[in-house]
Amino acid sequence: MIADTELAVAAYDLVKTYPDGITALDGLTVEVRAGEVFGLLGPNGAGKSTAIKILTTLARPDSGRAVVNGHDVLRHPDRVRRGIGVVAQRSGADPLATGRDNLMLQGRLYGMGGSRLEQRVAELLDRFGLAEAADRAVRTYSGGMQRRLDVALGLVHRPHVLFLDEPTTGLDPETRAELWAEIGRLAHKGLTILLTTHYLEEADRLADRIALVDLGTVVASGTPDRLKDQLRGDAVHVELRSALTEATVPAVQGVIADLAGIREISVDGRRVSARADDGAAAVPAVLAALDRAGVPVAAVTVARPSLDDVYLRHVGRRFAEAEADAGTNAATLTMTGGSR
Amino acid sequence: MTATLTQTWWMTHRQLKALVRQAAYVVITLVQPVVWLLLFGSLFRRIVELPGFGTGSYLDYLVPGVVVMNAVSSNMWTGMGVLEDIERGITNRFLITPVSRGAIMSASVITAGISTALQSVIIVLLGWAAGAHYPGGVGGVTMLVITSVLLGTVFSAMSNAVGMTLRQRETIIGLSVFLLLPLTFLSSAFMAPTLMPGWMRDVATLNPVNWALDAARGALSASPDWAAAFGYAGLLLGLAVLMVWLSTRTFRGYQKAV
Repeated sequence: MIADTELAVAAYDLVKTYPDGITALDGLTVEVRAGEVFGLLGPNGAGKSTAIKILTTLARPDSGRAVVNGHDVLRHPDRVRRGIGVVAQRSGADPLATGRDNLMLQGRLYGMGGSRLEQRVAELLDRFGLAEAADRAVRTYSGGMQRRLDVALGLVHRPHVLFLDEPTTGLDPETRAELWAEIGRLAHKGLTILLTTHYLEEADRLADRIALVDLGTVVASGTPDRLKDQLRGDAVHVELRSALTEATVPAVQGVIADLAGIREISVDGRRVSARADDGAAAVPAVLAALDRAGVPVAAVTVARPSLDDVYLRHVGRRFAEAEADAGTNAATLTMTGGSR
Repeated sequence: MTATLTQTWWMTHRQLKALVRQAAYVVITLVQPVVWLLLFGSLFRRIVELPGFGTGSYLDYLVPGVVVMNAVSSNMWTGMGVLEDIERGITNRFLITPVSRGAIMSASVITAGISTALQSVIIVLLGWAAGAHYPGGVGGVTMLVITSVLLGTVFSAMSNAVGMTLRQRETIIGLSVFLLLPLTFLSSAFMAPTLMPGWMRDVATLNPVNWALDAARGALSASPDWAAAFGYAGLLLGLAVLMVWLSTRTFRGYQKAV
């Protein structure tokens, strides 16, 4: 545990079950230091958005404790609200109002006003490339412009902690890169940023430290480098010509496990993954073993450890699969208008 | 307290701006009351000849009925705006700011009230153009507008509460269809109470729509009965305050489900 004074956000054992019986958080604990960019990484449905909703006073946990900027979210939600900015997963801008009106109202809700507010709004419109579109209704904005306005809305009152819930989901690559650059600049100025993402690349690139979230709890945390270093060794991925039958899986695992310097073998449909101290050196032996077992190979790749490997190690399945699993749930959630 | 008032003003400001942008909508919603006024007024013109109706011109009698009915029907839709704000994520954004929950709800109710007052004045003027008389003068018309706004507040707050808790368009539509006509016909909107079946008259005494009509008609008559008018207006005010308070409470439930 880190000393409380250095922490901008601290959440302990958060549990949240929705009225429909879905457990979104199952004992989530997170500590974010002042001034760092912290990433909550996990597939859709892992509980990241619910965690953000609790930390930003929108939702109440069933149990657990959370402190933001030194204020308890349940006991002093108003004090928490004054010090945080939030960019939600879906835009919260009023599409019928102009960008400027949206920003002005946001400032007023924090008690700002007069020329000070007008200057702040003009400054933000300028900084986010919205000056020309400032007096147009937000519904005429492109996706990227709306997202930039969302971030500006979260910054009007100069918060100490900025929450970004899936900030770049649905953006084109160019806009995403711009937003990444902006988040980098904000972090550089000393703002504490807690972001959730289901993009491994995004967490790897932006976050000083990350927490892997699965099924409502943190399964691993640390700096991206440290998490990858824990894996010790390269990943060897073999793609087979056809998926293994359940009967042949143990045999294939067996022949590879017999090889020296190879561990953590997992079989996943057509994909066989293992970890080796020296990936390149291990490839010929692996191929020969598979050949002897009579399993035809389509492709082989060797990779330095990635966050995806970290995820596989801690959760037991690949990130993309977890996403696909969550996808079916997410579809029904979207139907009822919920976003978790 | 001052902060809440300031916040309420700015939240209302946002909604009024939206209302001005949709001014055409306010006018379109007047088509229905105008139809009631002109068609219903012509169709039942001779109803006043029934012994005991107690007035000489049906149009004079009908105008307060249509004003009040319009107040009920237009305010029943207020929850749709609440629902849209929830679906667009606007409500969540507001709830994360220090804005008071009361200000969020009040803004919607105040905007609905301003819209109701405007519509009521327009209907009164249209009725006057069609030949209706208001013996109670400006004082009587003012009481009619005030009671229509109070009655509208009861229903806009109810609609908001339903939108906030159930979050379904169908429920708001269903509630409107379910309540509007029974509430209107179980009141003196179109027919003098003396000519109603006894049980309907009894039900009407408990009907807030009827309170609004009793208050307005009392004030609109040639010799205004202000005591009765203020009595019923007071009842409506109490009910309106209660409904607004209840609708603000729904934020707690929303917070549990969000």
